[in-house]
Amino acid sequence: MTTGATRVAIIGTGNIGTDLLMKLRGSETMEVACFAGIDPASEGIARAKDLGVPVSSDGLDGVLEADVKVVFDATSAGAHRSHAPRLEQAGIFAVDLTPAHIGPLVVPAVNLDEHLSGTNVNLITCGGQATIPIVHALDRVAPLKYAEMVSTIASLSAGPGTRQNIDEFTRTTSGALQQVGGAAAGKAIMVLNPADPPILMGNTLFAVPEDPAIDEEALRASVDRMVEQVSRYVPGYRLKVEPVIDRQWTPWGERTVVIVLLQVEGAGDFLPPYAGNLDIMTAAACQVGERWVQVQREGLVAA
Amino acid sequence: MSSRIRITDTTLRDGSHPMRHAYTVQQVEDVVRALDGTGVSLIEVTHGDGLGGSSLQYGMSHVPELELIERAVAVSESTDIGVLLLPGVGTRRDLKAAADLGVKAVRIATHCTEADISQQHFAAAQELGLEPIGFLMMSHMIEPAQLAEQAALMAGYGATCVYIVDSAGALVPAGVRDRVAALAEVVPEVAFHGHNNLGLAVGNTIAAVEAGATRIDGCLRGLGAGAGNAATELLAAVLHQSGIDTGFDVFGLSDAAEQVVQPFMPFQPFPDRESLALGFAGVYSTFLLHAKRHSERLGIDPRDVLVELGRRKAVAGQEDWIVDVAGEIAAAQAADLATGASAS
Repeated sequence: MTTGATRVAIIGTGNIGTDLLMKLRGSETMEVACFAGIDPASEGIARAKDLGVPVSSDGLDGVLEADVKVVFDATSAGAHRSHAPRLEQAGIFAVDLTPAHIGPLVVPAVNLDEHLSGTNVNLITCGGQATIPIVHALDRVAPLKYAEMVSTIASLSAGPGTRQNIDEFTRTTSGALQQVGGAAAGKAIMVLNPADPPILMGNTLFAVPEDPAIDEEALRASVDRMVEQVSRYVPGYRLKVEPVIDRQWTPWGERTVVIVLLQVEGAGDFLPPYAGNLDIMTAAACQVGERWVQVQREGLVAA
Repeated sequence: MSSRIRITDTTLRDGSHPMRHAYTVQQVEDVVRALDGTGVSLIEVTHGDGLGGSSLQYGMSHVPELELIERAVAVSESTDIGVLLLPGVGTRRDLKAAADLGVKAVRIATHCTEADISQQHFAAAQELGLEPIGFLMMSHMIEPAQLAEQAALMAGYGATCVYIVDSAGALVPAGVRDRVAALAEVVPEVAFHGHNNLGLAVGNTIAAVEAGATRIDGCLRGLGAGAGNAATELLAAVLHQSGIDTGFDVFGLSDAAEQVVQPFMPFQPFPDRESLALGFAGVYSTFLLHAKRHSERLGIDPRDVLVELGRRKAVAGQEDWIVDVAGEIAAAQAADLATGASAS
């Protein structure tokens, strides 16, 4: 046991929970004190046990007994809705990886510090984590009238949860392009591609600046800075090509459109590298945890 | 062979691609009036990429699609109006808005291997009282047995009918027949939607009918993506010549094609060299105009872009890959030129 590491728990033992476990095991500030699910026979529980991680098959009850400060919820929106009030009551900070959207929407590179004093944050969607930083990077230099993202993921990396709730993906993401990214209007599109070998997660952002006269150099610099910042916690996050400045017909007339093509290669901690969509979620969750712990400690020192 | 063949006319949806999503209220009203009473059973009116398709990725609608749908419903006296929905692009909320305007059917479209993303949309269609029809795009990419498995999923979600959609215009008649035969085992009704990239839209559709498909798609004057679709007026005439008593008004449809659609068409879709490349490389027909635009911007041959997209197995809706592929090809050609220059 690492001395001084903050005790955290993961609830949900599927692909996301397991990948997050692998990432958190590499953390110096956090220690996974409980990996909880509801099925004692699940593969995830068996794997965690093999790694010597304390496990529980009592779901949230197991987590509440483990004396932890932070819980990462990788279950489902329905389950998180019932977990959230009990975690809050127990004074545990909840990092929600489901689409439950109880706490504020958070993208670590954009607005994390605004919400660390709360009790619950939501990580939006994988496509949101990938594109909202770029929306913000463009918007801070050239306020955006409209931002549109297209997320293309390998079919193999879309589990039943995604497949049965694709409307929730587009709705949540388009809302967050505005709310967190800062664009006046937003739209999200998701495409599944079954190619074999599987494609890496790709995200394309189309943005229409309010003012057609844009400072291209400033835009590019702002995007580069943001890519660098995100890649600090998502190492496989990169620009596919330099941003393209295009012109297209829009309801506001013929306008300048900035097209940014992004690629996310997963770290391969548990899930294969093509599943960058899952990797960016677990990496973002990990970053929220790291920062929360840091702020808690600095807060303590300051007090 | 069934004697009752139903045609859905999709001039006002697939035709939205060559029209660059700029249909006017007047054009929509004129087309609906011209089709009404000709025997066509459903008129599809939506952005080319379905409800909610108005986007920078696919092209923005000049007139909001709900306004066009509303007018179509208003002027049609006897023909039902339908819409297209691609899960991942449009949502159940968009479907509800269309249903509130009085549309009667929805075609729910997924890539041919991804039927299971459509379950919530089939459920919503049924709740809204719409006829739910399945639409398996890029059907040439998988074998008949695998396609039938996906069709069976849609039938399980409530589809009354499932379309084999040859989005790339890449199928030949034998491939169409095999797919119809495979689907006939598992769905209540089999349907076919063809593109003319290899000059086979009408031929493939007739092959589908001969193999047992009972619903088919057409566009007046073939106005659709790529080299266009089977021309509705030709389908009506060819069915008649095939001895199938369908009751279509062949001359009424050919008048509609000639007098209503032809005057506003920006060009006549045809299997020219780029469209032929779509069929040849098995690429989504809608990519055509986007590939041409970006190739022109970068001074490269659009066929190179289309062939590379086919090699990467791009699926419906991946227009953003065109920007990427075109950029890479242009960069590679510039690098070749530079190497050539320094060597000489």
